[in-house]
Amino acid sequence: MRRRVLLVLTATLLLGLLAACATPTPQVIKETVVVTKEVPVEVTKIVEVTKVVEKEVMVTPTPVDYGKVAFISTQCVPVEEAEKMRGVILKDFPGEVEFIPADYATFEDTVMAEVKAGKGKISVIGALHGQFPTLVAAGALQDLSHLVDMAKERGTPDAFIELGKYGTDKQYFIPWMQATYILAANKKALDYLPEGADPENLTWEQFRDWAKNIYEATGDKKLGFPVNGLLHRFLEGYIYPSYTGGMVTTFKTSEAVEMWKFIKDMWQYVHPESMSYEFMQEPLLSEEVWLAWDHTARLINAFKERPDDFLALPAPSGPKGKGFMPVVVGLAMPVTAPNQKGGEALIEYLTRPEVQITTLREVGFFPMIKVDYPGYVAKGIRLQGEAVSKQAAAPDAIPAMLPVGLGPRSGEINKIYRDAFTRIVINNEDIETVLKEEAEKLQTLMNETGAPCWPPDPPSKGACQVK
Amino acid sequence: MKSMAIGLKQVRLRRLNLEPYILLLPSMVYLALFFAWPMFQAFRLAFQTDDGHLTLSYLQRMFGDAAFIKALRTTIVLVVSIVPIQFILALTMAILVSERLRGADLFVYIYSIPLAVSDLAAGIIWFSIFTERGYLNSLLYNLGLIQKPFLFLDYRTPWPIVGIVLAEVWRATSIVFVILVAGLQSIPRDYIEAAEIFGANWFQRVWKVILPLLRPSIQTALILRTILAVQVFAVVVAVAGRGVTVLAAEAYRWYSEYRSPHMAAAYAMFILVISLASAFIYLRTLRVREEMRL
Repeated sequence: MRRRVLLVLTATLLLGLLAACATPTPQVIKETVVVTKEVPVEVTKIVEVTKVVEKEVMVTPTPVDYGKVAFISTQCVPVEEAEKMRGVILKDFPGEVEFIPADYATFEDTVMAEVKAGKGKISVIGALHGQFPTLVAAGALQDLSHLVDMAKERGTPDAFIELGKYGTDKQYFIPWMQATYILAANKKALDYLPEGADPENLTWEQFRDWAKNIYEATGDKKLGFPVNGLLHRFLEGYIYPSYTGGMVTTFKTSEAVEMWKFIKDMWQYVHPESMSYEFMQEPLLSEEVWLAWDHTARLINAFKERPDDFLALPAPSGPKGKGFMPVVVGLAMPVTAPNQKGGEALIEYLTRPEVQITTLREVGFFPMIKVDYPGYVAKGIRLQGEAVSKQAAAPDAIPAMLPVGLGPRSGEINKIYRDAFTRIVINNEDIETVLKEEAEKLQTLMNETGAPCWPPDPPSKGACQVK
Repeated sequence: MKSMAIGLKQVRLRRLNLEPYILLLPSMVYLALFFAWPMFQAFRLAFQTDDGHLTLSYLQRMFGDAAFIKALRTTIVLVVSIVPIQFILALTMAILVSERLRGADLFVYIYSIPLAVSDLAAGIIWFSIFTERGYLNSLLYNLGLIQKPFLFLDYRTPWPIVGIVLAEVWRATSIVFVILVAGLQSIPRDYIEAAEIFGANWFQRVWKVILPLLRPSIQTALILRTILAVQVFAVVVAVAGRGVTVLAAEAYRWYSEYRSPHMAAAYAMFILVISLASAFIYLRTLRVREEMRL
């Protein structure tokens, strides 16, 4: 008897657990915006409608259902972001989207395996511009040229559409969303701005002088860099293009030597704890630093928490222009996509203005298309969005792409730039010697992977060559 | 009928002989599957290219790596400073506790608390103590000892290393302590009492009786701590970020950031070799002679 009671108890418990698992409590965010606006309309003409309706349109009461669409993505991988994708961003899609977050290696293996097998379950792919070339080379991606008009109509810049072609006449991805790196400045720093400098359009020298002025006035080093974070992107995509016009080809030119001298000089005013900084938002909020460069997603909390205390600024320019690194995320479809219609519909859905705004609000990636930031987008995010647009639209902008074509060895290039930095700036080694030695490693990497040059370096036939 | 009984007996006998091995089997399988096999794989990664050629190029690249010498130097500095401090502290604590003072049991629990703290958590705790706006600076400032925060974690000073040593000592002394307490408890009181009767003072008792009898535990504790100190990673990264680097941190970065499992494996192999060498040295120098075993 007792046993039976126990059994029943366990069964009910299990059932309860199952029920609890099966019905997750979704967070419903309801925002009601009531717009009351009186529009004065003057009717001056009565138009008679005489056009004959030639076509009868059937309006079906049940909306279209695109069925199951499997969507693998190397972005929005952290659990929190993946949940936002599933629960908020993809919620209104007329179909059932299975969102599969994956790291780069898993993503590439999965898609390649499906294409090799000739059939698969994945219909849509979301990945960085630099993560597609292996798939393009293997013929794993469809030509999406028929979706280009839609993307252009919505205001996707031509430069970004061009990126999706990889130098061919086919469209391998439709730009989905972007991120980049900008400057953040505490408003307290404005008192020390060098004379005649426009914070929205600084040069790197002025930026250094700004930090120098603060140091001389307060005795504190208030400039911060995420040395324990994404510092390599600052070297590859910002300072190198700004000073040398290139990233790989100009690695050890005389301009590069000047640039390293400048970095060493600037480093006198950089906060020594920069070596531990991973995300600059924390030292900005604690006011350990007043000026910082970092990825938009790693600055966002500073702008969200105290939008009135911080300025979001475009990156400074150097002698060759304003080097900056747009992180472009694209949407593609594998040749083995089982749900062609659903996949295309999902791409159309994700590039809609309202979905792009939701994406910005939920996961912090900026729209690829022209949008007006509506009032309900937090002020901090709007600040960042404006700085991102200004940076990209600057007349002297030099967009520098993430390394392309290095395949699984794309991490090693970062090691080379970081080592050059550590040896020159931290260990105080001779600039020319270090550049010569690291350039050899860079050239070996290019030769072994056969990677042709990518922007900002001019296109090359065969492996990219260091000058 | 008779032959069958003999047969059964033989089977039983054979079964008896197999028993220890059967009992050992699960742990053997476990070790083989989760230690020996991955270790073999790591060896292969370190010495074999993707297309199967044997190569020393990864090792050469590791020795030529800009970060290698720095990482090796820091690792050695950390081992040499952490292990002796921990050992002396733990021994003192263990002997104090075994003196059966009032409330000694309570001390055992208090001393063991950091055992439950993960190394990353310990690192973060000590980071929040030493950082510019950390607890230590706030305290010094409120006491009026400093006018503005002192940068303990400035990579150009030895302070980050001091911070790492403090964090490691705080976190992992207890493991040495627990091993030594266990060793002390297995020493019969008779020996110590006999020494007392013969007129040995406290120092003589510790030096001539307790320490020699504690040798096996000391050996275990030292081997364990040295190996763990060679592998030190999370505390270093949490306290000093990129300001201080160690071998394990470089192995991690090669794997996760620079995406070269081969180079990561080469570093891991190097750490393994150092660990084995240190264990070997301890085993030789602290050899426990048969007659000294309890």
